Formats: sequence, structure tokens, C-alpha cells
Amino acid sequence: MTLTAPQAPAPPPAAPPPRPGTARRAWRTVSPYAYLAPFFTLFAAFGLFPLLYTAFVSLYRVELQSPGDMEWRGLGNYTALLGDEYFWVALRNTFTIGVLSTVPQLVMALGLAHLLNYRMRGRTFLRTAVLLPYATSVAAATLVFAQLFGRDFGLINYGLGLVGIDPVDWQNDTVASQIAVSTVVIWRWTGYNALIYLAGMQSIPDELYEAAAMDGASRWRQFFHVTLPGLRPTILFTVIVSTIGATQLFGEPLLLEGSISGGISHQYQTLGLYMYEQGWGFFHLGRAAAIAWVMFLLIVVLVGLNALIARRRSRKEAGR
Amino acid sequence: MSIARAARRTAARLGAVVLTGALLAACGSSTDGASEDGAGGEVTITVDLFGSFGYKEAGLYAEYEKLHPGVTIKQTDTEDEADYWKSLQTRLAGGGGLADVQGIEVGRIASVTQQQAERFEDLKKYGADSLEDQFAPAKWAAATGKGGEVLGLGTDVGPEALCYRTDLFKQAGLPTDREELAKKWATWDGYLELGKQYKAKAPGKSAWIDSVGSLYSIMIGQEKERYYDASGKLIWEDNPALRTAWDHAVEAAQGGLSAKLDQWSPQWNQAFAAGSFATIPCPAWMLGYIKGQAGEAGKGKWDVATLPGGAGNWGGSYLAVPRAAKHKKEAYELIKWLTAPEQQTRLFEKQGNFPSATGAIEKVAGAKDAFFSGAPTGKIFGDAAKAAPVQVLGVHDQNIAQQITNALSEVERKGTSPEKAWSNARKGVENTIG
Repeated sequence: MTLTAPQAPAPPPAAPPPRPGTARRAWRTVSPYAYLAPFFTLFAAFGLFPLLYTAFVSLYRVELQSPGDMEWRGLGNYTALLGDEYFWVALRNTFTIGVLSTVPQLVMALGLAHLLNYRMRGRTFLRTAVLLPYATSVAAATLVFAQLFGRDFGLINYGLGLVGIDPVDWQNDTVASQIAVSTVVIWRWTGYNALIYLAGMQSIPDELYEAAAMDGASRWRQFFHVTLPGLRPTILFTVIVSTIGATQLFGEPLLLEGSISGGISHQYQTLGLYMYEQGWGFFHLGRAAAIAWVMFLLIVVLVGLNALIARRRSRKEAGR
Repeated sequence: MSIARAARRTAARLGAVVLTGALLAACGSSTDGASEDGAGGEVTITVDLFGSFGYKEAGLYAEYEKLHPGVTIKQTDTEDEADYWKSLQTRLAGGGGLADVQGIEVGRIASVTQQQAERFEDLKKYGADSLEDQFAPAKWAAATGKGGEVLGLGTDVGPEALCYRTDLFKQAGLPTDREELAKKWATWDGYLELGKQYKAKAPGKSAWIDSVGSLYSIMIGQEKERYYDASGKLIWEDNPALRTAWDHAVEAAQGGLSAKLDQWSPQWNQAFAAGSFATIPCPAWMLGYIKGQAGEAGKGKWDVATLPGGAGNWGGSYLAVPRAAKHKKEAYELIKWLTAPEQQTRLFEKQGNFPSATGAIEKVAGAKDAFFSGAPTGKIFGDAAKAAPVQVLGVHDQNIAQQITNALSEVERKGTSPEKAWSNARKGVENTIG
């Protein structure tokens, strides 16, 4: 957007403008806001308004069949959630799937970035290739994985059978189904995080490595004592982004079996999926809105916690 | 970031939906070629359905277009009714994106007549009164609103029978004659007893039945009162008939008689061709589905016999016109034609969807189906349709049934105790309705 501004011939900064410059000066003060306005207008319409309206709806009993009849419940939807077994199950699943998917994903991304950072042939190709899973749609990826994880005819169980392991019920078993869901997430996001780490690694000055090498540090020690500390802000960023993503996880568990309950015993139902089931499976819009807000608050708290820990650590570091 | 990500997710899902639509259209267009092309047409009537109504496959749209120059019919189809209903409810609430004709499953018709009558056209406006004599009285009554509005026209009904694989039966040393089998499994206990015999000598990994969920569904279809009583009170927990069906399903689950598949899942679809199960509860509309999944290779390997434990009904549908539709008059003319006895007869002959029009039921009485080893499907399903109880329908029928089949699947696949599963079902129903 800023590129379009200089179309008007810009006067040399030192010389006073030939005509009285009040209009121009006013424009100069206002223009940043004008340029930002489209974003904030869109955000207000599609971000802020839905957020506030969801809060409003969450205080009522509203059914999709009759959205006109709203019955005031106050905080009733929220207190009901506290006593709702399925809500707690969904919260727990969101957490376990979050850990199962985020931790291996970030660790693998770090390793991958480290490898991609070496000088080698076809580096650009490889760097592009790791981003490919990120560019596929959730639906397509999950549907393929659902086939692979099939209990009776799936490729993975076939492979396990070859080495003498009994078929695993990747849909109905609690741990196995959560691993299946996490696998899709890991597959999609590892490359993305690897590229972010790679960018972070390249901003670490070479002198540090040279100095470390001169002191006789092995590659391994260089990684731990130079790369990791240098990557700290980048790691914090990916942790925050992955936490938000994990809290909102929806497409993968929905499409694994196409079950809005997250399996017959809610074994892999995440909060996002539980919200969908309440809102669009059972048509309880008020309750769904309450879950949405709980999720929002949860993300705010988690991100705040992340930031707090990071700040404490860096302060400690500075005090050393 | 989070918004962008959510938007990407939505876009991906939309993409999947659009893609599915395109694939379905591509699959269907081989049968009726040029009818997809809307160029030159004056009216395009959109039809949105679930499962397999079979109109397109039976060539009925093509014929209607020939009879009415200038009319083009466009159909969209969702395989799973639960997904279809979710999407329909969202569009009805928003008042946009609705097709001119919408299919309604019988398990949802009570929700239409009791909760959302004002969202659908009263077809009396267009003269639907005169059609009443064509339909079985119960079929007509179920789609009539409180004020006597006619909210939908009946398509098919779902008289129940049992489909089975003669080749698998032979290998397990069981009789394959449908009359003999009907006698052996006159009761559900007899059916489960045969199942145990089958299991002892079953070829390969094949099981007796596809899932205990479908077993429960077909048994509950034999009952007049299921989840609600006639006054609209929720009675499912104390309904002895429901409990009996539950107990039978539990027995099948614990006896290891089931292939543990989810109906409508990709695995279930694959299992038809793979021969993973020897019997499957078979409402009339399932015949077309089996043909589609088993393909030509399955021809002659399947047969149909009378259901254990008496006649019942599972499913059947209606065609309705939403108030927000664009071409209401034309849509009414189309559904009037599609649900007329002549068309219902032809649909049964081609696809197996059993007619709800009384005239058509008589016409198909002599029908036989070569795919099902020449079984007299017209007689088997006709007898069942006549003897089936007139069911009490409730607003949440479908959702309650889903919770119960989920709980039964827990017994089947996870070895959950029946008591625990029953309490899970109860909690699930509360959560659904609450």
C-alpha cells in the first residue's frame, strides 16, 4: 500500500512546499490511519463483531431450529459446562493430543532445520519440499491418513502384520486414535516449523560458530550451545503458534472417521469438535458459544503463560 | 494468525465439499449425459438429497426434462444423512442456499412438522390435497403439520428384510434357501443361534453381521413406540421393547458375531466387496446400496429373506419445498411427478426403493431381483410394508438412536460392560436433548 503513496511527486524534504501545506500536512497525519482502515474495518466486521456476538449468544439458550426464541440463562451455559463430563473429556483430549502432536513436531522440525542448514546439493529443492505438506488441505491429508490407519484394510496395520504385530484399532482405541490424529498434525506442520527455525538459524552470526569451533566444540555442542540459545525467540514463537493451533484442533479429528462425537466414546473429541457437535450436531447454539468463549480464554491464558515464562527466563539470563 | 488459520481450515473444508460435489456430479453424469448442461434452459430446479434416492440413476430426471422442455434439474447429494441434516438446518436458519427441493428423512419429519413448519411451503397451496388418496395413510399423516399443512410428499418407505451372502453361507455349511432360513430365524434368538453356527465354521475372517448398531436399528424398527409415546413424552429408558432390542444386540456383540464396522464409513463400504460379513439388516433402500458397493461381481451372491421377529420399517423419506426456494411452483410439479405411483414403481424396479404410494405397492408385488438371486423382493417387502407397525415419531428420534448405537458399539469394540454402556447412552441422550 505504501508503494502507491509516492505517486504524487514528493517535494524535496528541505524545501518548503510551493503552496500552503496545511492540507498536505493534515493528510500526512491522517494517512497512516487511512491506510490501516481497511484492515480494521474488516477485522471489526469479521473478527470483533463475531467475538462479541458469540459472547452475547453464550448467555442465552438458543436452538438452531428457532434462533428467534432466546431464553436468558445468564452464566448458566458456563456453569453447566463445569459439570459436563464430555466437556472435561474434550479438554483432556485437546491437551493430550496437543502434547502428542506439538512436542514431536517441534523437536523434529529443529532436527530437520539443522540438517537443511548444511551446505548440500539440491538445498533449495529440499527446503521447498518440506513445505509441501503444509500446502495440502486438511481434508485431503486427513482422508488419506484415515485410509492408511484403517483397521481392516489399512496399510499401517498391514505393515504391522508383516512384523507380527496384531492389528491396532486406530479408530476406537483411545491412545491409538489420538496418535492417529496427532500424526496428521505432525505431518502437516513439521516442515512449516522447520523453515521458521531455518530462518532463525541463518540469523545467528557465523563468528559464534567459528569461535566455538576454535575452542574445540563439536558440531553437537555447537548445536546445543550456540544454535539453541540463538533460536530462543523463534522457538517461543513456534510454541505459541502451535499451542493456539492445538487448542483449536478441529479438521483432523472430525475427518478421521467423520464422527462429530470424536469416536463412539468421545475418545478423540477435541474442544473444537465438541463445540461443533453442540452447535451443529445438536443445534444448541448458546452452549456452543459458551464453549467457544472458554476456548478463547484458554488460549489467552496459555499464551500469557508462555510469554511470562519466556520473560522470566530472559531476565534470569540478563542477571547472570 | 488464529483467524487466518481458521479461515484456511474453512476454505479447506469447503474445498472438500465442492470437490465431493464435483465428483458426484461426474459419477452421475455418465448415466444421463447432457442433462447437466443448463444452457438454453428457462428454469433450473435444484434438488438436494442424501443417501441414494436413485432418481438420477433410474433416469427419471432425464425423462422429466424431456416431458417439460426448458426445465433443467440439478441434483446435489450427501451420502450421510446426519451431515445432510446439519447442513440443511444451518441453511434453513440463515434462509439462504436452499435448493428448490429438499429431501427429509422420516426420522426428521417430526422436527419439520413440530418445530419448523413455517420454514416449508404448505403444498396445499398448489393442490396437494388431491394427492392424499395415493399414499399410505400413515405416510401422509406423518408429514401433516398441526394446522393441517402438507409439508412434504412421501417418496419411499423402508420395509425391513435380511440380506445375506449365499456363497458364504454355503462355505459355512448353512442352508441357503430363503424359505428355509426364514423358518430357522423366525425369532431373533433363532437368528443369533444360526450366527453362532456360522462363526464356528466361518470362512476367512468374515463375521455374521456388519455391526450391532445396524442390528439394533432393524429391531427397533419393528416397534410402534420407540423413543416417545403417542403423547410426545420421552419414554425410551423405560421402554421394554427397546430394552429387548438392546439385549439382543449386546448378545451379538459379546458373542463376537459382528464385523465391528460403522455403517456409512469407508471401511464398511470396502467390506461389501471383501465379504467381511454374511448378513446385513436390509430395509428396501439398502438393496440399491448393496448393488452399488458390491458391484457386478456381487451379482447372484446375495439373497433376501423375511426378517426375524416380524415386520418392521426403517427409514423412508419425503420431498419438501422450503419457503425460501426460488422456483416453488415448478418444484412442486416435479415432486408431484416423482412421487406419483408410476414413477415410484419404476424406481423400485431399477433401484429397490420401496414405494409409499398404495397404487405402486400393488404394481410391484410380482417383482423379482436378479442381483439378489432372483428373490421375490416385491412380495417380501410388500408383505413387510403391509404388516409394519405405524411408528410414533419424535423430534429427537435420530439423535437418540445415534447415542444408543454408539453405546452398543462400545460393547462391541471395546468390551465395555452393558451396564456402563447403557449409562453412557443415557448421558449421551441427555447431552443431545438438554
